[in-house]
Amino acid sequence: MIIYLDQHAVEVPGGITVAAALAYAGSSASRRSCTGQHRAPFCGMGVCQECRMQIDGQRRLACQTLCRPGMQVERSG
Amino acid sequence: MTTQAIVIGAGIVGAACAAALAQRGAKVLVLDDGRGGATGAGMGHLVAMDDNPAELALTHYSLGLWQGLRAQLPERCAYRGCGTLWLAADEQEMALAMGKQALLAEQGVASEALGTQRLAQLEPMLRAGLAGALKVPGDAIVYAPAAAAWLLQQAAGVTLRPATVQAVQGRQVTLQGGERLAADIVVLANGFGAKALLPALALRPKKGHLLITDRYPGRVSHQLVELGYAASAHHSEGTSVAFNVQARPTGQLLVGSSRQFDTLETRVEPAVLARMLARAVAYLPALAGLNAIRAWTGFRAATPDGLPMLGEHPEQPGLWLALGHEGLGVTTAPGSAQLLCALMFGNAPLIDARPYAPGRFAEGQAA
Ligand SMILES: Cc1cc2nc3c(=O)[nH]c(=O)nc-3n(C[C@H](O)[C@H](O)[C@H](O)COP(=O)(O)OP(=O)(O)OC[C@H]3O[C@@H](n4cnc5c(N)ncnc54)[C@H](O)[C@@H]3O)c2cc1C
Ligand code: FES
Repeated sequence: MIIYLDQHAVEVPGGITVAAALAYAGSSASRRSCTGQHRAPFCGMGVCQECRMQIDGQRRLACQTLCRPGMQVERSG
Repeated sequence: MTTQAIVIGAGIVGAACAAALAQRGAKVLVLDDGRGGATGAGMGHLVAMDDNPAELALTHYSLGLWQGLRAQLPERCAYRGCGTLWLAADEQEMALAMGKQALLAEQGVASEALGTQRLAQLEPMLRAGLAGALKVPGDAIVYAPAAAAWLLQQAAGVTLRPATVQAVQGRQVTLQGGERLAADIVVLANGFGAKALLPALALRPKKGHLLITDRYPGRVSHQLVELGYAASAHHSEGTSVAFNVQARPTGQLLVGSSRQFDTLETRVEPAVLARMLARAVAYLPALAGLNAIRAWTGFRAATPDGLPMLGEHPEQPGLWLALGHEGLGVTTAPGSAQLLCALMFGNAPLIDARPYAPGRFAEGQAA
């Protein structure tokens, strides 16, 4: 299926999480810290909050969200 | 001769005491084992509180001292002069706001009454239909752990040593492992940790929950507190919650507050957190749609009358207490430190020190 990562179309297998899709797309960075450093999914189980992203207009955890065709995923600031 | 001082505790109060002692030329050894305390857990709202005249005197004095430090504080201390809005839900609370304005004015604290519309303009995320607010523009926020570290760093003649204090007796300090230290002045400023060293102290833990959201810049600009906060903060023995939200410079919303006596259980309690958040959503409905990223708890060290203990131990000459700062220790740390130093060095303190005298609690009241 196709999802849009920072407005770029990415082809990913069905049934995977957005966190997995990031890795699939080549850069697992999910967001930037207050000091501008890259952050990426860490715990993979909804605890560490490092994977929070803007997903279809809402702030959600990439590791807890399954990809859906046409999904808009943004690396938040 | 140089005064040798030992300060026990490197939280905001210990750090302020060490800096004030160094300012007076003392050589200061600060002992802290890094277990942490209220300074790293709290909200860091610098607020003029008027529950009683002594509380207002100390908070007002301290706010002036914070303002004096402001230009030197590095950005990591995240000081912001955001002011406080004391929210009035209805006309009755608006009357309370006017009473508060008069009390603050007596001490020279400026404030401004805002009506429904002006409040809605200033803070559009608040629910519609609040009666108004009292704006206290001199209040501020600071990131207390960074400020404590900075206070220790910038002072000449202050050494920080990682060590656990096992016992204090007058001017003598015993470390874990048995090493003994002595100084001209020993300051006990280790927050609730002091209770283990001096069990007779009239200190009780008051647990608080806090929660922080992801970054949502520009939604809130003042520290927002409901006018019922003081009632919740000081007059209740049971578990109480009050609406208190701070806009962090990062755009995160720091949400408080809860109070529970006599538990040292550090766990976040979902039932208390839920009550606190329900209260917050009642004031900021859109909060319900934002993501929280963390919740935690901390313990305020409370005295029976809510005022800190500042002065020499009544039975142990050379041992000075800077304890019991409850929910206001970040605000009051610089004033407490100056007052304590004035007493130590025999100068007249700038505010009346008597309400904070450690001996004011009779024996047996310690529970
Ligand atoms: C939830 C919550 C919200 C708060 N919000 C605010 C607010 O908005 N504004 C405000 O002004 N105040 C607030 N406070 C209160 C404020 O945080 C405290 O009053 C203040 O931090 C107390 O500082 P302290 O230095 O006395 O103690 P602590 O910060 O507790 O420091 C004690 C230090 O002593 C060390 N220590 C303890 N025992 C030993 C030992 N035996 N040997 C060696 N080291 C030891 C610890 O490691 C620690 O570093 C809040 C508190 C809480 C819990
Ligand atoms: S990776 Fe830790 S919450 Fe998603």
